[in-house]
Amino acid sequence: MSIKTANRMALERLVQAEPVLVDCRPAAQAMGLTDRTVLHAGPPLVWGQACATMQAAILCAIRYEGWASDDAQAAELVHRGEVKIGPCHHRGAVGPMTGIITPSMPVFLVANRSLGNQAFVTINEGLGKVLRFGANDESVLARLRWLRDEAGPLLGKTLRASGGIDLRALMAQALRMGDEMHQRNVAASCLLARALMGPLARAGADAAGLARVADFIGSNDQFFLNIAMAAGKASTDPCLDIPDSTLVVTMARNGTDFGIRVAGLGDRWFTAPVEMPTGLYFPGFGPEDANPDMGDSAIVETIGLGGFAMAASPSVVRFVGAGGLQDAIRATEEMGEICLGEHPHFRIPTLDERGTPVGIDLRKVVETGITPLINTGIAGKKPGTGQIGAGVARAPLACFEQALEAFSAQRQPARTLAGC
Amino acid sequence: MNPQTVRAVVKRSTYQDSVVLLALARQLRAGTGVLEVAALMGTPSNRDLLAQSGLLTPEAAAAGANDLVLAIRANSAVAAEGALSQAETFLMAKQRRLEGTGRPLPRTLERARRHLPDANLVLISVPGAFAAMETRKALRMGLHVMLFSDNVPLEEEVALKQLAANKGLLLMGPDCGTAILNGVPLGFANAVPRGRIGFVAASGTGLQHVASLLAAQGEGVSQAIGVGGRDMTERVEGLMTLQALDALGADPSTELLVVIGKPPAPAVREHVEARLHALGKPCVAVLLGKGVDARSDGTFLTVATLEDAAAAAVALLRREAWRPRAFRAPQAEIRRRVQEVRQTLASGQRAIRGLFAGGTLAHEAALVLEPLLGPVATHLAPGSVGTHSVVDLGADEFTVGRPHPMLDATVRAEEIRKAGQMPDLAVLLLDVVLGYGAAPDPAGDIAPAIESARAEAMACGRGLSVVASVIGTAEDPQGLARQIARLEAAGVWVLPSNAQAARAAACIAGGEPILRLLLDAREG
Amino acid sequence: MSAITDLFSQEIRVINLGLEVFAQNLERLCVPVIHMQWSPPAGGDPHRAALLAALADEDEEEA
Repeated sequence: MSIKTANRMALERLVQAEPVLVDCRPAAQAMGLTDRTVLHAGPPLVWGQACATMQAAILCAIRYEGWASDDAQAAELVHRGEVKIGPCHHRGAVGPMTGIITPSMPVFLVANRSLGNQAFVTINEGLGKVLRFGANDESVLARLRWLRDEAGPLLGKTLRASGGIDLRALMAQALRMGDEMHQRNVAASCLLARALMGPLARAGADAAGLARVADFIGSNDQFFLNIAMAAGKASTDPCLDIPDSTLVVTMARNGTDFGIRVAGLGDRWFTAPVEMPTGLYFPGFGPEDANPDMGDSAIVETIGLGGFAMAASPSVVRFVGAGGLQDAIRATEEMGEICLGEHPHFRIPTLDERGTPVGIDLRKVVETGITPLINTGIAGKKPGTGQIGAGVARAPLACFEQALEAFSAQRQPARTLAGC
Repeated sequence: MNPQTVRAVVKRSTYQDSVVLLALARQLRAGTGVLEVAALMGTPSNRDLLAQSGLLTPEAAAAGANDLVLAIRANSAVAAEGALSQAETFLMAKQRRLEGTGRPLPRTLERARRHLPDANLVLISVPGAFAAMETRKALRMGLHVMLFSDNVPLEEEVALKQLAANKGLLLMGPDCGTAILNGVPLGFANAVPRGRIGFVAASGTGLQHVASLLAAQGEGVSQAIGVGGRDMTERVEGLMTLQALDALGADPSTELLVVIGKPPAPAVREHVEARLHALGKPCVAVLLGKGVDARSDGTFLTVATLEDAAAAAVALLRREAWRPRAFRAPQAEIRRRVQEVRQTLASGQRAIRGLFAGGTLAHEAALVLEPLLGPVATHLAPGSVGTHSVVDLGADEFTVGRPHPMLDATVRAEEIRKAGQMPDLAVLLLDVVLGYGAAPDPAGDIAPAIESARAEAMACGRGLSVVASVIGTAEDPQGLARQIARLEAAGVWVLPSNAQAARAAACIAGGEPILRLLLDAREG
Repeated sequence: MSAITDLFSQEIRVINLGLEVFAQNLERLCVPVIHMQWSPPAGGDPHRAALLAALADEDEEEA
């Protein structure tokens, strides 16, 4: 079919997705992740090329599962191929920063009610020394066990009883409250907490357990980030394999490479070295401490949020340029140059209720040289440091150039292209 | 003496149009100690230009088509640095100005259309290599196109015009400098009243000249459609010409058609004439080329010059008799003036040099001169002693990497100055084109050079006469009367049309035999 | 042909690509015009520009 028709179809599928948070279960059960596999964020990774933070997180996860008793043993298992590593994306999941998922970890299930597919993501561990940032000491393991043994099951029970949380409506509301669902999730986290309060209270846990989970959720401004990502995954997965569509459905980083996937090119990855994020640093940290760009969280930009909704979140703009509403609007306008349309459900009050730019068109990125703007946290490059700042990263143009070549070759395999 | 410094800075992915770069270069050149400035996009041909001027530093050599190269030659490193930082200020101020207006700044055609949803015309003046792609996009979006860009491959023109014709859309161009639609001047066009004459023009300055003359006689333009210089050739088959004729034929406001161009390929001419007859409206055609005689068959009149086209059109509309004339001024006055000028010339001064901004005007001048004086060269380098030359400074060979002479007079002024050093030169022949898009003071831009050339000649015991026509109207931003006055103050003989100016030049160069030929044979 | 005839009865509204001076002149005459911040597609790379041209959206009718 024509590219125009294919894109119209892909965009429609994307914006009319109905992601609903329905459950929380161990990955082994929910995802069929039964083998000795450690999933990670971003495109496929070669162990030897992984950054220190990613390696530390993978080793910690292996110890958490009890497959090895120390890091050296864990590394051996990876070298010998007895533990496999692979992208979350290949198993229907996404993960922030290192994005680690192993079989016993509880994962949220987000169901796309419009098409029936599902997406998975772990429970956000909180800030500071967490697996997400490559910390791998006993405190990390303790928290992971607690998530597995107490928080996960309780949240699962809660969600199953709740009838599901409409994430599209929640995010649309959070957008109007100054969130963009990548760097800023505080309003969304509050709205989610409010929605969970009743069902959580009625889930029959003992008071202490209930309090621990309530405190855990209540103390994390970024609690909703993971769920936003899963909503993005659930919305974009059905767009893969619409032949002839130039819609960019995946953007993801593993700390070494940045990878994109395009609707009309199926599950092929197009990768280039990640760029370093630029932004503002917390006291005591600077650019020399920063980890290269990492995480599946760029999925929110592919559904018209994050950097694409900057105009709704002016407080985030400090990290982009001179700061101020004008810069935020300009950033959003810039993203509009490379998108197929405007989101019918995510609307920006400061732009007269216009929908956020959504549906990155591969062709427009190459044509204009404008690469997608990703609002991102900045991790410390020393494993376990945690978040050291916040800023923006760009998807490398090379990914899109490669994808353009592949797309052209697919359309016209034998003929030489006429000159322009 | 201070050693010269060459510094170049490359700004990646920073595109600026040629007019803006021109203004920047002009500003930088005025800096103390600055000897030479180049502000160019890093295309291969521009890099060649830089190399030729000794400004191609390693950074500049590595620049691409999307990168802006700023190269300075100065007396000292300090002066060069000063110029470069001035450039930064200029570009930043421009960006701030652009952003400060609060207007949207779309980067793609689709985006532009979202901001102006009922746009109906796309005006394209990007470099030729990309113009076809943008034109195709615009046509596919159902928009009419005015394609100002030149250097668009012929195969592309054919394909694009077929696409446009299939969709019933206008594709004016490539190389279309002038159009007037619904009274709106597009590109380079003059302020002319709305009226009853419709134009189909393969030439921008040709259109400007005829329309301006008509305005002076109280007539006006219903629609003026440019079709590009190659439309009536065999390959393009007059695709757009025929579309335009049909549209003007159906337009109730158009009572008479004027067709301007070069003689079409025979097959095309047949089609065009057949269409004109079918439309049933009177038509005047000026097809500038050798061997075209003025002829008439009822309502379809072919004339030899642009001014004749205007005069004939008026006459046809007013049902008056008309005949071509050599000069508008009385015979005696012409004779007197020519003889006056010839007295200032030394015996070896016999040649005419035409330096033109308008290609069609140059072409017309050569066509007027050749039957009177013999072969006329068209290249810039002076030929053998006594050779006449008429040069179109807007031709591709002069405009690679440099703006068109209608936008910037630097090259022409330089050539005018050089004319003062040519001992065999009797007459300098010029066109001065006014209107929207043209420079704010075209006469003022060349007057100093004219004065300097004449002074130089005088210092060597020679004369130098300068003859010109001014293409424009009283309502043009530059003001016709003001521009004529400026030229006359510099010692220029200004005639009412390009053809008359060429004839006056021929009389000055050729003397009595030419005068007798023109005044007796054609005067009525 | 009919689209050209239609144009003769519409207000001319222009999208300008290229020389900014053309847009400025039209603005001064109060003609609705939007100036594009054009730059060579694909950063001026001719191969990629050609790929893009071949992948541009087809006409409405072909969809």
